[in-house]
Amino acid sequence: MSVQQISLSGRKIEVSNKEMTFLERIYLWTILKGLWTTLKHLFRRKVTIKYPEETRTMSPVYRGQHMLMRDDEGRERCTACGLCALSCPAEAITMKAAERKPEEKHLYREEKYAEIYEINMLRCIFCGLCEEACPKEAIYLTKSKKIVQANYEREDFIYGKDKLVMPLEMAIKNTQSNKVN
Amino acid sequence: MDSVFIIEKSAIIVAVFALTMLMAMYSTWAERKVAAFLQDRVGPNRAGWGGLLQPLADGAKLFTKEEFFPNTPNKFLFILGPFIAMSTALITSAVIPWGDKIHVFGKDVLLQATDIDVSVLYVFGVLSIGVYGIMIGAWASNNKYSLMSAVRASSQMISYEVAMGLAMISILMMSGSLSLKEITVMQANDGWNIFYQPLAFIIFLICSFAETNRTPFDLAECESELIGGYHTEYSSMKMGFYLFAEYANMFISSAILSVVFLGGYHFPGMDWVNANWGINIGAILGFLALFAKICFFIFFYMWVRWTIPRFRYDQLMHLGWKILIPLAVINIIITGIVMVLFK
Amino acid sequence: MLLYVFYILSAITLGTAFLTVISKNAIHSAIYLVVCFFSLAGHYLLFNAQFLAVVHIIVYAGAIMVLLLFTLMLMNLNNEDETSKPLYTKFAAVISAGLLCLVLIAALRKALPENIEYVNSGTDFQSIKVLGKVLLNEYAVPFEFASVLLLVSMIGAVLISKKEEKI
Repeated sequence: MSVQQISLSGRKIEVSNKEMTFLERIYLWTILKGLWTTLKHLFRRKVTIKYPEETRTMSPVYRGQHMLMRDDEGRERCTACGLCALSCPAEAITMKAAERKPEEKHLYREEKYAEIYEINMLRCIFCGLCEEACPKEAIYLTKSKKIVQANYEREDFIYGKDKLVMPLEMAIKNTQSNKVN
Repeated sequence: MDSVFIIEKSAIIVAVFALTMLMAMYSTWAERKVAAFLQDRVGPNRAGWGGLLQPLADGAKLFTKEEFFPNTPNKFLFILGPFIAMSTALITSAVIPWGDKIHVFGKDVLLQATDIDVSVLYVFGVLSIGVYGIMIGAWASNNKYSLMSAVRASSQMISYEVAMGLAMISILMMSGSLSLKEITVMQANDGWNIFYQPLAFIIFLICSFAETNRTPFDLAECESELIGGYHTEYSSMKMGFYLFAEYANMFISSAILSVVFLGGYHFPGMDWVNANWGINIGAILGFLALFAKICFFIFFYMWVRWTIPRFRYDQLMHLGWKILIPLAVINIIITGIVMVLFK
Repeated sequence: MLLYVFYILSAITLGTAFLTVISKNAIHSAIYLVVCFFSLAGHYLLFNAQFLAVVHIIVYAGAIMVLLLFTLMLMNLNNEDETSKPLYTKFAAVISAGLLCLVLIAALRKALPENIEYVNSGTDFQSIKVLGKVLLNEYAVPFEFASVLLLVSMIGAVLISKKEEKI
């Protein structure tokens, strides 16, 4: 088999330079066929989704904003082990570990916690590998539709613990609903 | 001149002017709507029901835009360009017969601004002046792309005017008159011209696409080569006038196509309606028939725009000079032979 | 009222014709010429010669001047490009213009209009039927000569623009 006949995509079409027939050369018939094609589209169902009134259904594997979870007692789960940072292909996560003081027992679950936990949203690709790597089930990519806001400063895209840790009210609500169940 | 005559004519002129403006306005809406529908979209639908207030929104936007002048030594000509384009687009409608006589206030009123003997020539004359709007405006813009576009537009319009005139001659041979009114009356008596002169109709149709600078002959505005074409340097309402003139031209050329080839205000059964329901209803129905034909042609213009890609410049010239003009001449000869043989 | 229209039109015609000659910018003078042609068409309309007026607009304003503007725009004439003529050329130009004036005045003086009574023949020369019959019966020879002239100029243009064949 020579190189000319190989078609890797399987969609190769030979260019033919054959003489056009009279009907083809007049061109009018072809134009009419083209007009017929577009006319059919005139009556076809429109594919537009009228956004504010209708919304697209989200994909079941949708991954939104990150969140650092709290446990049932409202303590942060993260122990700053650094596995998420290690697994991150975009190298978006940095953290600094600190030791828990005895009076902070109600704040952090383990003896070690993340003093600083930052995700650079300009680098993050929302792949969800951090979520998979986490041994303490601390970081999750939520279904939240909130997107990263546009801004003028690069520093504003680095989300710290203030934006990432689950709000306390949410943790309380979760705990209460868990108790009911 | 009696005052009744002046009032009557002024009323008709104002009505025709308003109609042309309104149609040009809503052609912009229809263009976007048709384009959207042909591409499986819905088009403008926010301003008013189905986007019907969109032209007003567009107009308000154009009026409030910043007026920008390029660094040109010819400010006067720069302003004159869109002015000429707009006025030539509007004055053609004066000779189009919008309907038959109506009987109001004990008086027969002809639904036509003026019935001059040479109305066909008048149309062609105004058409040939229309080039100046583009040429002067583009040259005064002091921009190479505008100039290229003007050169393209004017050479294209001159070339296609020849074929258009030759196609028209075969119609004139049959009607024996240069008046659009008489051409319409002849068609009402003998049948529509499109059945007698299909070849002339096709040539005329193609040429009117070229004359109005519409796709597939919109080389003057081809974005991929010439930025915006002749109105690259224009902004605000001056650009609005150019765009508006294009749509007004489209409306007028649709009107002329309907009058010359599709029998104008004639519709099947017009005589019966005139005899049984009175001439007023007949005239109104006739006007509606003409209006429907015009709307069809406007739709056709848009339909073709979203179907056929743009021609290359040499293909355009080849089509005009080497195909359409010989065909038109052959058509004249055939018409002459048939007329001699069967009369 | 028609008299005033005539005066206004004549003023426009003469004014724009004069401006055509004196304006420095070639494009401006071409545009003045177009306006001049339009006012001439207005004069034809005053004679009630609609056909002539419209054809004048189509042919002169619509076709010839567009082509002229076309070439002017493509050549891109600037004021700097214009070389000043030597003195003897200016002198020669003035003398030849004066001579032309002399010849014209002499010719026009002899060609005083004869006092012909215009009679209304009743035929409507506005209708293309009558016009066509007159052109092809009474004036067939000049009509054909005009077409031959146009043909000759067309062939000449084609010959000039054709590339020379290499031998």
